[in-house]
Amino acid sequence: MNGGGEEEVASSAESPQALDWKFAQVFGERTAGEEVQEVDIISAIEFDRTGDYLATGDRGGRVVLFERTDNKDHGGHRRDLERTDYPLNKHPEFRYKTEFQSHEPEFDYLKSLEIEEKINKIRWCQTANGALFLLSTNDKTIKYWKVQEKKVKKVCSMNLDSSKAVGNGPVVSPSMSISPKPHMANGGCSEKSFGCSSNDFSIPSDGVPSLHLPVVTSHETSLVARCRRIYAHAHDYHINSISNNSDGETFISADDLRINLWNLEISNQSFNIVDVKPANMEDLTEVITSAEFHPTHCNMLAYSSSRGSIRLIDMRQSALCDRHSKLFEVQEASGSKSFFTEIIASVSDIKFAKDGRHVLSRDYMTLKLWDINMDSGPVATFQVHEHLRPKLCDLYENDSIFDKFECCLSGDGLRVATGSYSNVFRVFGCSQDSTEATMLEATKNPMKKQTPAPSKPSRSLGLTRVVRRGPENSGVDANGNPYDFTMKLLHLAWHPTENSLAIAASNSLYMYYA
Amino acid sequence: MSMVDEPLYPIAVLIDELKNDDIQLRLNSIRRLSTIARALGEERTRKELIPFLSENNDDDDEVLLAMAEELGVFIPYVGGVEHANVLLPPLETLCIVEETCVRDKAVESLCRIGSQMRESDLVDHFIPLVKRLAAGEWFTARVSACGLFHIVYPSAPDMLKTELRSIYNQLCQDDMPMVRRSAASNLGKFAATVEYAHLKTDIISIFEDLTQDDQDSVRLLAVEGCAALGKLLEAQDCVQHILPVIVNFSQDKSWRVRYMVANQLYELCEAVGPEPTRTDLVPAYVRLLRDNEAEVRIAAAGKVTKFCRILNPELSIQNILPCVKELSSDSSQHVRSALASVIMGMAPVLGKDATIEQLLPIFLSLLKDEFPDVRLNIISKLDQVNQVIGIDLLSQSLLPAIVELAEDRHWRVRLAIIEYIPLLASQLGVGFFDDKLGSLCMQWLQDKVYSIRDAAANNLKRLAEEFGPDWAMQHIIPQTLEMINNPHYLYRMTILRAISLLAPVLGPDITCSKLLPVVVNASKDRVPNIKFNVAKVLQSLMPIVDQSTVEKMIRPCLVELSEDPDVDVRFFANQALQAIDQVMMTS
Repeated sequence: MNGGGEEEVASSAESPQALDWKFAQVFGERTAGEEVQEVDIISAIEFDRTGDYLATGDRGGRVVLFERTDNKDHGGHRRDLERTDYPLNKHPEFRYKTEFQSHEPEFDYLKSLEIEEKINKIRWCQTANGALFLLSTNDKTIKYWKVQEKKVKKVCSMNLDSSKAVGNGPVVSPSMSISPKPHMANGGCSEKSFGCSSNDFSIPSDGVPSLHLPVVTSHETSLVARCRRIYAHAHDYHINSISNNSDGETFISADDLRINLWNLEISNQSFNIVDVKPANMEDLTEVITSAEFHPTHCNMLAYSSSRGSIRLIDMRQSALCDRHSKLFEVQEASGSKSFFTEIIASVSDIKFAKDGRHVLSRDYMTLKLWDINMDSGPVATFQVHEHLRPKLCDLYENDSIFDKFECCLSGDGLRVATGSYSNVFRVFGCSQDSTEATMLEATKNPMKKQTPAPSKPSRSLGLTRVVRRGPENSGVDANGNPYDFTMKLLHLAWHPTENSLAIAASNSLYMYYA
Repeated sequence: MSMVDEPLYPIAVLIDELKNDDIQLRLNSIRRLSTIARALGEERTRKELIPFLSENNDDDDEVLLAMAEELGVFIPYVGGVEHANVLLPPLETLCIVEETCVRDKAVESLCRIGSQMRESDLVDHFIPLVKRLAAGEWFTARVSACGLFHIVYPSAPDMLKTELRSIYNQLCQDDMPMVRRSAASNLGKFAATVEYAHLKTDIISIFEDLTQDDQDSVRLLAVEGCAALGKLLEAQDCVQHILPVIVNFSQDKSWRVRYMVANQLYELCEAVGPEPTRTDLVPAYVRLLRDNEAEVRIAAAGKVTKFCRILNPELSIQNILPCVKELSSDSSQHVRSALASVIMGMAPVLGKDATIEQLLPIFLSLLKDEFPDVRLNIISKLDQVNQVIGIDLLSQSLLPAIVELAEDRHWRVRLAIIEYIPLLASQLGVGFFDDKLGSLCMQWLQDKVYSIRDAAANNLKRLAEEFGPDWAMQHIIPQTLEMINNPHYLYRMTILRAISLLAPVLGPDITCSKLLPVVVNASKDRVPNIKFNVAKVLQSLMPIVDQSTVEKMIRPCLVELSEDPDVDVRFFANQALQAIDQVMMTS
């Protein structure tokens, strides 16, 4: 890091201690020998901006919502809730809130293409009026969901005694029970006859006393998820990211070759703002792998590519953002090129830090932290998979090399985390002189994997590019077990305000705090 | 539970269905809220129905939207203006829901009610409502509040006026961009009600804050405020406060903001007066016409005529015309297209000499544009062209353009040009038309695309209307009837269609002597589709020809068709025969 503008990080980081991660909760824990259903595997995970809610999406197209329970009595003013941010000393505890089927498997008959129901991404939108809003997407279709407590209404005291009219059936709704009479239902064809009768019949000026309004009683509430809008048919390729804008009215969706800009209220049109599709598909050299809006500047967004670059775009400059305003990439030393160089350079995920100044990126081997004011190279690189370098050939053979690991930053921007194989995830400190590099396993005993902290990485002052190494393991993990490439932790999320991590391990959701 | 008298039955149902499980029934009940209110009477509407509606507001958005709309016209049902304030609570809750269209409708209804309310009621009930919404917990309430200030402000006492202004100021600085956007877009309406002294101080400072907002989406709404405020301010204040802002905006980093400026700039010209227009706005506009973002140039090009109308001719010729020349060869087809659709309006402004000297070359180059939309836009304004320079000058370059468009490979382009043919025909006159365009009209009848063939048949009808039956007999009927021998049945069908369209225009004589024999002949076609279309055409010809012809020619032909082996042919033949019988009976 280049000294100067890092006060906010440096000030709070008078040599921060490595966090002591503790297990908090697990949802959907596997019992020994239990077969994991494909549809139950978690494929997306996201905290809302207050950290009071957590959403997961799975391969079966379901979205599950969790609600924080440890601060329910906190009950702050709602206007504060809109703004987030309050300190708490307890660790977050969540409980299952609700779930709904967001996407169903579909078949595109025009293209003879099966569309999986798997949820690729979830993003929370602005809370309004006590209702939660979120966007979920599969490969092709984005949906806007509203989840709200609804009163369970019970209507009693009608003008017409429905039970008498039919003589039975307390559950039958009044309109149904009396529908044989032609002028009963006020909808449809009977409307005409109704109109006449109300005209013929003169109503006394003080009204008809015998009529009365239905009395509605409601005691309990139930959560209802309603799909408010469907943003479809705008992507030829698979959607890999969605991201909402700080202006609260727009969001982007990115597929392999294009990024589209939507207004949340308008589902039938979107604007293409980035198009990297070459005129001739044979000239295709890179695809978009991930895209995200800047957390505060509504005009800025970043997207990453399969060649390891991150581009920063200013939407003010032009309508079609073909030209990036900044490009971040690592110049690979020419000698070290191998068959795998390009594959492992592919960025699988990018995330803006909350301050909007830093961007975290994950490629197959490393996590990189970038300062958007410095495009010469990352301010820090954290080795995640360096020990797998000798095994790249095997990883290529079993396709693991194409696994897309996500990454996340803590709310204070001091730490970063990402997943790995064998149900292991890594947390690194990224403040200036942090040596924190923790390896944890997604079990009830996360520190099992902890190895002694490595010696402080060598760093020469004034050097902008710092390479830190985590513990170097070769083909075996700390316990001497061989790496299990089927147990991969692809999805994880950091609580926006506290040191709490939500980790998706196959079909289980593990929560840790420190 | 009571049984209800028979005449009240429908109303009772209506009331019960306010709470039905079926959304469609609820929706219908809400739409008939006025009927329910009349049945309940004014007092019970106030005391029971309105509170009932206020409580039951967690319904589906469609129902809420209908409710918001109905309540806007509900004053008569609650007992007139003096009771209007009872309508405020249900609308207030609707102002908070998260669906934008419901909120907008609720605000609209509140404005409608507020504008009828007595001044004292406004102060006692409406102003507190606005203040509650403005201090609302959720941004949705605050968004709605912004749209209500202009209703209450004029009635408020001075103390409250000061407070309202400061509340509005707070809304303009809200944390939520949605609220700031709402405040920005309602600023013009609010400003129109504020006293001039405060306008110059408070409102201008609010406005200046908004123009510096870091959210593009807010700034570009502030651009709209420029024009609105500019019209309210005296010229000198406008020059002092608004002009610098708009000039700044015209160089904003964000193309969307510049795009808005390009759309709005001409509105400000009148507000600031001629001199500042010349010194500041014209250069700003010229910059926008040369903007490096095509979207901005499209917006600017689209306003060229409106802008020039405000300027004096010399200024236009000196400053705008060179830009127009550049735009006519712009790299973006959409810019050229936008220019082509308005450029002809410049002619009257520039006068004949400048038009022929400067505008005509631009015009001609657009007419030869490689992009069909550009050419179409020019041709669609042909009547304006004619007025200014006369058709002679144009015909030479016009014709190749038309011919090219007529044969464009996109059928939509061909369709568009066909629709202009009657207009062209009337502008160019019979002689010119016969020479050049007649054959095209025939060619379209044999287009590969149905829509084109159909439009071509329609076109023949409109030409016949334009030039009269005699001309049609000479120039289109023989060629058209010839095509009934086309080996492809779809083309033969087109001719039948053309005949049915032409017959009413050409009158009974020509129909009997020329058209009818062809149709009757076609009834012997080998394709059933032709045959049942013959039946349909015969039915349509029936009212045109006299009774004896019907009996002599049409009926025998239909009788024969009614015995056809094909079921569809029989069906349409019988239908036509029935129609004949019906006419016979009535006459």
